[in-house]
Amino acid sequence: MSQSELGKKELERYSRHLLIPEVGRGGQLSLKDGKVLLIGAGGLGSPAAVYLASAGVGPLGIVDFDRVEASNLHRQILHFDGDVGKKKTESARETLTQLNPHVQVITHDTRLHKENALSILGDYDVIIDGTDNFPTRYLVNDACVLLGKPNVYGSIFRFDGQASVFDPRGDGPCYRCLYPEPPPPGVVPSCAEGGVLGVLPGIIGVIQATEAIKIILGKGDTLTGRLLLYNALEMSFHELKLRKDPHCPLCGTNPTVTELIDYEGFCRIGESEEPAEAVASLTVVELKEKMEGERSFVLLDVRESHETEICQLTGSVLIPLGQLANRMDEVPRATPVIAYCKKGIRGEKAVRLLNEAGFTATNLEGGIIAWAEQIDPEMARY
Amino acid sequence: MSQDGCLVKILVNGEPQEVGLNVSVDGLLVSLGYGGKAVAVAVNRDFVPRSSYPQTRIQEGDEIEILAPMQGG
Repeated sequence: MSQSELGKKELERYSRHLLIPEVGRGGQLSLKDGKVLLIGAGGLGSPAAVYLASAGVGPLGIVDFDRVEASNLHRQILHFDGDVGKKKTESARETLTQLNPHVQVITHDTRLHKENALSILGDYDVIIDGTDNFPTRYLVNDACVLLGKPNVYGSIFRFDGQASVFDPRGDGPCYRCLYPEPPPPGVVPSCAEGGVLGVLPGIIGVIQATEAIKIILGKGDTLTGRLLLYNALEMSFHELKLRKDPHCPLCGTNPTVTELIDYEGFCRIGESEEPAEAVASLTVVELKEKMEGERSFVLLDVRESHETEICQLTGSVLIPLGQLANRMDEVPRATPVIAYCKKGIRGEKAVRLLNEAGFTATNLEGGIIAWAEQIDPEMARY
Repeated sequence: MSQDGCLVKILVNGEPQEVGLNVSVDGLLVSLGYGGKAVAVAVNRDFVPRSSYPQTRIQEGDEIEILAPMQGG
């Protein structure tokens, strides 16, 4: 079937679209020709992809380098129970092809970076930013402005969501007009760190899909120049007016960012907040040996209490890192301390605090996740 | 604090606050502990571009929203 025709099956499938004056046959053909790229097949990308594919939008591109994990499944509806361990792009292709065989799915099984972003994004008409990290958000924003392509933005955290359209074609503001620079690393938690309500990306991702469809159809008022805020606990939407910053380094009158930059460096990823001296540490294998011997140490869990509801090492004492400085008197001084957290970062900070206070503390390398991976496969991970 | 020491009542993320009359957005952020933080600021539902912070003055009754960036997806 050529791109400029709709076959019988497509006419039937899209008939409820064809009945809307704002869509009709012409609009449906535009959707069929509309090239939309989803950055990320995760929380936001999943519902967006499901609705876009169902609506006959395609070719539909998906960029993701990740594999499906069990902790994705409560919200990432492209992926099913049996998909754990599969490439997200592959899992997405399977789901979308079953959903609508008329739509071509193009997978980009790669991490988006400054060397490949312009060539990948260049092939598409509308970009949907459903990524989960700041470097990629700035990369997508900058690439869209440099290419002159609309960027349908969404982000989520716990019960809150945001959506907007950064559309350089109409001289609209960009993400840098709102947030000229990223927060320091570690300050703003990700969904992996802080959690997210499973249905939340359903709302925001479908808003993004709606905006993409409107852009392709050229109908209605998009979120250009508006930031939509959603709170699921209050069940409230409200919007704030976004303004283009004439001094924006990317889209302002005298731009200083005229090509893609090093976004990991821009977001200071990999930099530690303080010059880190190595702290004493032990591996999970070494801890296991110690635990099997005579137990002459305190096992200190420095995570938050809700994390212990998923998994905990037997015999742990819980003092969250944020409370440790004020609760040092609860830690026995005469005994060596082994501190652990999820992956080892907070544990290292705890060890520094304890050693400065005169304790003999050691950090568990890789945290409880390393324990679950190497020692106890039955332990739930998160 | 303004030169004449006069305070005005405003709302910051829905919470009542008092700040100096005619304080700039820059000054407001510093006084609220957001100095140097990567946040966006809307005054009466209208985001203020970063380059306009110094000349944007806070008035009695202004509704201020301070919004931290969100990365999750």
